[in-house]
Amino acid sequence: MKNEVIIHLKDVAKFYRIGEKNMVKAVDGIDLKIKKGDFVAIMGPSGSGKSTSMNLIGSLDVPTKGSIYLDGKDISHLSESDLAELRGKKIGFIFQQFNLIPNLTVRENVMLPMDFQGIPIWEMKQVAEKILKKIGLGDRMDFYPNQLSGGQQQRVAIARSLANDPEVILADEPTGNLDSKTGETVMGFLEELHAEGKTVIMVTHDPDLAKEHARTVYWLKDGKIEKITKKRVK
Amino acid sequence: MVNYFSFSLKNLKRRGIRGWLTLLGIFIGIVVVIALVTLGNGFKEVVGAQFGVSSTQTITVQAGGLNYGPPGSTVVNPLDKEDAEAIERLSTIEFAVTRNIEFLEVEYNDKLVFGGVVSIEADSARDQYEVMDLESQSGRLLKRGDLGKVIVGSNYEDPDKNGFDREVTVGKNLLIGGDKFLVIGVLERKGSFFIDNAIMMMDQDLEDLAGYGDEVDIIAVKVKGKDLVEKAKEDIEKLMRNRRDVKEGEEDFVVSTPDALLDQVNSILTSIQIFIIIIASISIVVGAIGIVNTMATSVVERKKEIGIMKAIGARNSHIFLMFLVESGFLGLVGGILGIIFGVTIGTLGIWQINNLIGADTRISINFILILVTLIGSFLIGAVAGIVPAMGATKQSPVEALRG
Repeated sequence: MKNEVIIHLKDVAKFYRIGEKNMVKAVDGIDLKIKKGDFVAIMGPSGSGKSTSMNLIGSLDVPTKGSIYLDGKDISHLSESDLAELRGKKIGFIFQQFNLIPNLTVRENVMLPMDFQGIPIWEMKQVAEKILKKIGLGDRMDFYPNQLSGGQQQRVAIARSLANDPEVILADEPTGNLDSKTGETVMGFLEELHAEGKTVIMVTHDPDLAKEHARTVYWLKDGKIEKITKKRVK
Repeated sequence: MVNYFSFSLKNLKRRGIRGWLTLLGIFIGIVVVIALVTLGNGFKEVVGAQFGVSSTQTITVQAGGLNYGPPGSTVVNPLDKEDAEAIERLSTIEFAVTRNIEFLEVEYNDKLVFGGVVSIEADSARDQYEVMDLESQSGRLLKRGDLGKVIVGSNYEDPDKNGFDREVTVGKNLLIGGDKFLVIGVLERKGSFFIDNAIMMMDQDLEDLAGYGDEVDIIAVKVKGKDLVEKAKEDIEKLMRNRRDVKEGEEDFVVSTPDALLDQVNSILTSIQIFIIIIASISIVVGAIGIVNTMATSVVERKKEIGIMKAIGARNSHIFLMFLVESGFLGLVGGILGIIFGVTIGTLGIWQINNLIGADTRISINFILILVTLIGSFLIGAVAGIVPAMGATKQSPVEALRG
């Protein structure tokens, strides 16, 4: 089980055309296999291609070259809508900017990913409330995002990412907009999810954060994997 | 399926004044259509009541055309009593009565108004009452020998409507054209502006006041049977052409059947309505373009939101429907407001007409029209939202997330 590959990027490249002739090779031949239940960090300075890799891993974008397998299925050629449905089910996103929908309540924000999967409303409500209680926001369910602190908003985002019980949690600089103490709480939640068996992938530029929490760290530079470090499980 | 409904309503709620202003076009268009239709039905009922001649077997003959001015105004070649006699001799005709209408000063309670005064011929009084379907609600009708006496329409009893600030009842004296007349009867209410505001006196009296000699304004004709109306009309036209020596197509007189009169007035009303509805449609089209514009702006403003939704699993169809429903609601809000204002204006208008001319038009709200308008305004909004909604789905999630 632990050795099963959930996401496989096979010789993946992503090029962007800038102007008439210039081609930016954001990601240039990455090969990585993420195992189920792993805690992975994608590390690198800005311009290293980590955002692009995150988009590719999260199936937000399709590669120019190479193939991406999610749970053994080649998703590089899926239509945008099919891709959306798939990632809605299998991947939960946590963003640096929290990215909650401002005019939906906390509860509704958490219900939204389930809504896109066609889950009946009573079930959505039940699940959303359960997750929110678990994450300590049981008393904030009817609040709007702008009535919450940054840490609370990020917890709502975590709750939302869990809505469809995905196998993979993809966090893009999850602590980037938080003070260190709140950041620690958020990382605590990610650790907890990892302990529950979720595959957690975190994109960060903070080497300490990566080293402290991740079991596998991919170090990117100039669109290529520079090195991979693994931490022994305690 | 996604709670588009509540989500759209929430999105609408946070719209600023600018978003709502784009609804003006739809709003005005729908107000106009609804008000016009409400008023229009009222108008038609009023007109119907005005020409509500009791029997459909009645034909009227007038000199000139309908457009030559109101009865009583001078026309070039007036009708006379001999015309009526000739018409009465036609085989299809039961009888023909003449009628003169003069507008004279009427004084009562030291107040002066202009009133329409209708002549009643001594020989044919009963026939007159029959074609106009007149009954008295108090006192009695005029008959031979009733010189110096009048009967009045029901509005004369109402101090608010007669202009005298005091009710005119049986036994009162009116000063008409300077002469004193005793009111001996009040007519039953007809719902017709003309009859409810009319004074009737013996032909001899009116001739003394107005001096029209043998000329008559209107010849009212009763046909022997309903199915003979068209035939009788042709007979009268032929006879009158001969008597007045005019060719077919150049008639200087008008023979109208009640149906034809109603048709004519209705067709004028209808063409006015069509014209205004065309203008209202233009307003609605402009409004729809406004919705296209505001929705397109909305797509740009909510680019990031679209990105987030796509990231968490929204298919293109979800995004499309979301914007489409919102756009539809935008149109619907314009429609609801338009209906409320339109019905209000139409109702007030009818109420005003009733007050002004003393008609009894019922306020008829067309619920089918309202339903169609509600659905239509939603559809207009939705159709206007199609292109912006398609634009929203075209955002790539990565691009959209960048904001």
